[in-house]
Amino acid sequence: MRFVFKTDYDQDIRILKHSGYWWSYGVLLAVLVAAPFLLGSYLQSQLVFVFIYAIVGVALMILTGFTGQASLGHAAFLAIGAYTAGFLQSHGVPFIVYFPTAAVLTGVVGALVGFPALRLTGIYLVIATIAFAFIVEEVLARWESVTHGNEGMRVRTLDLVGVPVPRDSASFYFLCLLVLVGTVLLALNLLRSPTGRAFVAIRDSETAGKSMGIDLAAYKVKSFAISAAITGMAGVLFAHKMTFISPEMFTLLLSIEFIMVIIIGGAFGVHGAILGAIFMVMIDPFLTALKDDVPVLAASVASSFGMAQDAATLLQDKLSKIGSAAGLKGAIYGLIIMMFILFEPYGLYGRWLKVKLFFQLFPLYKRATFKRQKTYVKSERNR
Amino acid sequence: MNLFTVDGISLQFGGLKAVDNVSFSVSKGEIFTIIGPNGAGKTSIFNLISRLYDPTSGKLFFEGRDITEVPPHQVARLGIARTFQNIELFENATMLANLLVGRHCHATTQMWQEMLFLPSVRRAEKDHRRKVEEVIEFLDLQAYRDKLIAGLPYGVRKVIEVARALCSEPKLILLDEPSSGLNVEETDDMSFWIRDIRSELGITVLMVEHDMTLVNRVSDRVLALNYGKVLASGTPSEVQAHPDVIAAYLGA
Repeated sequence: MRFVFKTDYDQDIRILKHSGYWWSYGVLLAVLVAAPFLLGSYLQSQLVFVFIYAIVGVALMILTGFTGQASLGHAAFLAIGAYTAGFLQSHGVPFIVYFPTAAVLTGVVGALVGFPALRLTGIYLVIATIAFAFIVEEVLARWESVTHGNEGMRVRTLDLVGVPVPRDSASFYFLCLLVLVGTVLLALNLLRSPTGRAFVAIRDSETAGKSMGIDLAAYKVKSFAISAAITGMAGVLFAHKMTFISPEMFTLLLSIEFIMVIIIGGAFGVHGAILGAIFMVMIDPFLTALKDDVPVLAASVASSFGMAQDAATLLQDKLSKIGSAAGLKGAIYGLIIMMFILFEPYGLYGRWLKVKLFFQLFPLYKRATFKRQKTYVKSERNR
Repeated sequence: MNLFTVDGISLQFGGLKAVDNVSFSVSKGEIFTIIGPNGAGKTSIFNLISRLYDPTSGKLFFEGRDITEVPPHQVARLGIARTFQNIELFENATMLANLLVGRHCHATTQMWQEMLFLPSVRRAEKDHRRKVEEVIEFLDLQAYRDKLIAGLPYGVRKVIEVARALCSEPKLILLDEPSSGLNVEETDDMSFWIRDIRSELGITVLMVEHDMTLVNRVSDRVLALNYGKVLASGTPSEVQAHPDVIAAYLGA
């Protein structure tokens, strides 16, 4: 176990607290830089999706994890970013202009959503953001002169100051990695300065925040705006990765996926957004494989245990029918969320910290270290 | 000189008069205590001062300025800090983060500067930290800097709340039952600190308190309330000898 001897206030301000972190994050960055040269195109493409989900995850982490304002409307912010990119690109605007424009535009929309959110908390805020997402979805479907409606919209290859960056290229991978790293740094910078602390204060006690001089309205709107702007940037990358965007890609299920990113990752640190993104992107091919393989496997196991051939075939049919049933994905997602909230409320990052502490303290780790307790000192009266 | 004046303030919740035409004023450098049985309206007065509630009638003056209409988040900037009866700390943050939030009303940096963490932000952060360290030193909280509030005992949290209020460098500090839930030793410490806050930091103290030993030891003046009305005011011994106060506490 390492004991950091602090002699300077800078040591508490630094993002990487000691040399050990320089090593581990340096190696991680080196691996990520080397990845496109080592991995096949499928895994590289999956990693790009991880980056895009992680960018949205960081955005949602700022809003939900740190400011405590839940949102099920982030698919809409992603859509606004994506459509801004698609529309401006088709009118000959270069990437270096429409990328920031998409961020600013989405940020402004986010701020507008933030205003009604000032008076809403908890479940009511969630409903308001869902309503917003439906409105955006509907607008995208109806505003045909800009969005081409339900037909969808082609997004041409990204053109970075004259250099084409195709969706499957290593350069697109690096662009996404760069945006992700930038976003993470931006979030961490906010967190170590007054604005970030104000966000956390709003999450933990609005009353105390108010009496410490925090303008709740201003900071909630700021949080919404930043979160939306970052999601808008992810939307631009998303549009170029998909090459085709249509309203039915930005549904409630996508918003739920984003919320899952931070719940599964652990909604208390930026690490959680990244881990959650990895989980969410990788669960999809896993579920597909499960859907294809489980019926066959079950049938062969059943027949080897003496089930008649036709009965085994029937079982296989039944199982594959269940596997391809509509809405099964949503149900499984719901189950995963419930499992995490019940058994791993601090998510994957929380589990990682626990495992790390176990090895740091070995053999002195006590099982009760992370036992959850009820506390009764919190007052709800001034809410 | 009167630092803070409450002029005929009333607060009504429907038919219930929580605070009924209360007036008092606090001089600079004074320790002023409000006492009264449960439900007398003491905390309501605090919530009126920190503008969490809007008064039904009456006015509040701070340094001669009418603050009745000031929005709650600007009260801290004027130089009024407070603690809460039931502890309103930011539970899932470290003590340092909590105290730094106390510096929020002195924040000078803009959000875009903070996103890029420009040198000016770093400088401001260090200045805040220096001030926070002074308070940590003052209240002996060195052991808890990086501890999460959620894991700290009640007595320590109570002190941290006072520390957070002090971090905003107030002119007037409102302490809502600083000794509630504290044991005898902790109450002792608290009474020394309250006097030090006044004498060393020069901050005027307005507090609500039930513990009469503490009240007698630290207060210059006491105001007794019951059912939102002023019963008596004066020095601690005068108020305690007042027949209405005795009647309110013991029943006539």
